[in-house]
Amino acid sequence: MASSDPRPGAGRRIDEPTGTQTVGHEWDGIEELDTPMPRWWLWTFYLTIVWGLVYVVLYPAWPLVTQATEGVLGWSSRGQLAEEMTRESERKAPILAALAQVPIERLPEDSERMRAAIAGGRAAFKVNCVQCHGAGAAGGPGYPNLNDDDWLWGGDLKAIEYTLMKGIRQPGVDETRQSQMPAFDGILTAEQIGQVADHVLSLSGKARPSPAGAQLFADNCALCHGPQGRGDRALGAPNLADAIWLYGSSREQVVRQIRAPRHGVMPAWEHRLDPVTIKMLAAYVHSLGGGEDFVEVAADPAVQVDEQP
Amino acid sequence: MEAVLSRAGMWFLLLVLSVAAVATAADGGFAVHMTILAIVAFVALCLTVARSDFDSLGNAIVRAPADPSRYDDDPVRWGVIATVGWSIVGMLAGLVVALQLVFPALNLEPWLNFGRLRPLHTSGVIFAFGGNVLIASSFYVVQRTCRTRLAFPGLARFVFWGYQLFIVLAATGYLLGITQSREYAEPEWYVDLWLTIVWVAYFVVFVGTLIRRTEPHIYVANWFYLSFIITIAMLHIVNNLAVPVTPLGSLSYSAFAGVQDALTQWWYGHNAVAFFLTVPFLAMMYYFVPKQAGRPIYSYRLSILHFWSLIFLYIWAGPHHLHYTALPDWAQTLGMVFSVILWMPSWGGMINGLMTLNGAWDKVRTDPIIRMMVLALAFYGMATFEGPMLSIKAVNSLSHYTDWTIGHVHAGALGWNGMISFAVVYFLVPRLWKRQRLYSLRWVNWHFWLATVGIVFYAAAMWVAGITQGLMWREYGADGYLVNSFVETVAALKPMYLLRAIGGVLYLAGAVLMVANVWLTIAGRQRAEAPLREAPYDPEADRPIVAVPAE
Repeated sequence: MASSDPRPGAGRRIDEPTGTQTVGHEWDGIEELDTPMPRWWLWTFYLTIVWGLVYVVLYPAWPLVTQATEGVLGWSSRGQLAEEMTRESERKAPILAALAQVPIERLPEDSERMRAAIAGGRAAFKVNCVQCHGAGAAGGPGYPNLNDDDWLWGGDLKAIEYTLMKGIRQPGVDETRQSQMPAFDGILTAEQIGQVADHVLSLSGKARPSPAGAQLFADNCALCHGPQGRGDRALGAPNLADAIWLYGSSREQVVRQIRAPRHGVMPAWEHRLDPVTIKMLAAYVHSLGGGEDFVEVAADPAVQVDEQP
Repeated sequence: MEAVLSRAGMWFLLLVLSVAAVATAADGGFAVHMTILAIVAFVALCLTVARSDFDSLGNAIVRAPADPSRYDDDPVRWGVIATVGWSIVGMLAGLVVALQLVFPALNLEPWLNFGRLRPLHTSGVIFAFGGNVLIASSFYVVQRTCRTRLAFPGLARFVFWGYQLFIVLAATGYLLGITQSREYAEPEWYVDLWLTIVWVAYFVVFVGTLIRRTEPHIYVANWFYLSFIITIAMLHIVNNLAVPVTPLGSLSYSAFAGVQDALTQWWYGHNAVAFFLTVPFLAMMYYFVPKQAGRPIYSYRLSILHFWSLIFLYIWAGPHHLHYTALPDWAQTLGMVFSVILWMPSWGGMINGLMTLNGAWDKVRTDPIIRMMVLALAFYGMATFEGPMLSIKAVNSLSHYTDWTIGHVHAGALGWNGMISFAVVYFLVPRLWKRQRLYSLRWVNWHFWLATVGIVFYAAAMWVAGITQGLMWREYGADGYLVNSFVETVAALKPMYLLRAIGGVLYLAGAVLMVANVWLTIAGRQRAEAPLREAPYDPEADRPIVAVPAE
């Protein structure tokens, strides 16, 4: 058998379909042709090697004792990043400086400044806020929708900025927005809680009103939510008479919220984000559709700023 | 009798030790794994005691007569069955994780969530499906190209069963949440130690068989298999260096930290692709393509140059997984440069495979197995062009962390590794079980088309998804702020994820067809159908040279 003949080239023959000589070995019927390497393959291989040799001279490549060669172009990834960041921050510097100076109440006066603030706020919102409020700011159960005009703590620019800075029920922040609804489980009986829930739902026409429920509401709830259930922004008490519900509008969900209320927490951002970013965020949230204007104009608008609606 | 007693004693000791480990385990996962080990020891003990019965039972199912003039194909037969079986497990897990990305409700906490099923998929297809086809085919090829039987037959059987135990421990570990969080090297320290023992045994069997060959030269396929076995051993040991928190618990800490840890991991991770998914699959190509085509290898010189350049260059390419990270620039440069130079050495294998069909191109039309091999080589060529391209920093800054990477790896895995493995299984099954032909070659053709269309769905969807994702991530508005939030980029990809899952369904359907075909072939049935071209097989030539004293 050809393959067991150890002499070099003993089994060489010309392969008929290709006209190429075989190497002469054979394994389990497999032979090999002695075709030269394809020239295009070989030259492309050489070319990539040459390219590689040039590249490692131009760019950081060779590790030495304490550091690597820096490359004749002097490029580094950190250097490139620093350069791009510097260029960008220089470009943004004037508008950011202008935003830092203007009090938030005066922001809407210059439409170009307002537009820039909204653009920056949109970007900051996508990084910091979408996790709870959603990419479209539509919220979800327990997380307020920021597109509507229903505001728990006020919807003018200043109120929004305050909420952003101090947060809601943020532990350790004294000026945080604070409200605490008592758990009525144990204070009221299950039947009474059902009656209150029906009364609450009747405010938006979702259930039939009853004198007992109205009485219980007047005794226990009206202090914060108001006699008509329209809420009180000073206390963060939600408006119960509209069609917007933070924890759901079914009777079960309302009963649950009366028995053992849940209280959402929003972080205070003033130590995490710079004042300009917070201002831009407030402008963006304000721009989403439900932003409110200041209605009480200060006595001297040039010096003082406008007040709450 | 004494041998039976001492072997039974060994299994009994292992049983006692593993039960003791269950009792003293530091965590639940470790206890489960020791329970598996105890069950294995118990079953082995029972089988050892009832040895003679097992032999007759085994002969009926998978054993050929122990004739010294035939090759030792038992481990190959078991390996083919394991390959076919694990392929379904691994691909099904892949389909489930693909669907979980479209329908998050399919995350069944905690055992079947995405985080646990994803390594089950990757290890299932790479190490269980791929590993078994590699071990089985290497045992088949090394015997035939050396014209000798396997050295250390007992050890070869240990390699097969030991490797299956490794797979079971790895797979159950993932579902139990045991992981050392290294991609493609998730199993914990004790499973790594076990695999090391199995792998060294594999090396001994393979090299022992090479040494006792009756051929004067070592065939090129065996160079590739050998470099695979040696390099995987090195990669596995270095990347898994870790200190266990307690010898009776599943938790360990890596020997490396920070960016060194990341680089070690990606040196390993990239070379898992190189030396597990490329080099040994080229070994399969170098034996099975010329066998099936009945043609000589295109170029001996090319095989030498591309072999040595491939294994020299591949080992340096890992840092391209860490472009624009804390990894120093010089290491990133070297990773990229070696990756680009790797382009032609990779293509050397494709050229040698495809050009081997010179003089036999007509068979692509008539032989579905050749067709699978050609498609595999075409996808190998595409993936090994795409790889160097993606390693270029400018391209990588767009593609990194996106689904483009997933698309790239699947073009290679589904197209190259999958297709060549299917072809090898179809080649082996009739020969190993002494059947005249496969149950159905027409079904092989169906498998080919299902898989091909599946790959097109998969790769196209992931290219679109990856480039969309990359462009959305880097999109800046006129004011210099990012335009998209992360979740918006996720929402944009949903249709692509669904198309990818459809591709997975088609590919899996092809694999199911293969299982049925293999099953019916082993059962000795033949489908009545119009014939397609088959490679000739001479059972008389398919035997070791026993007349020549080899030792």
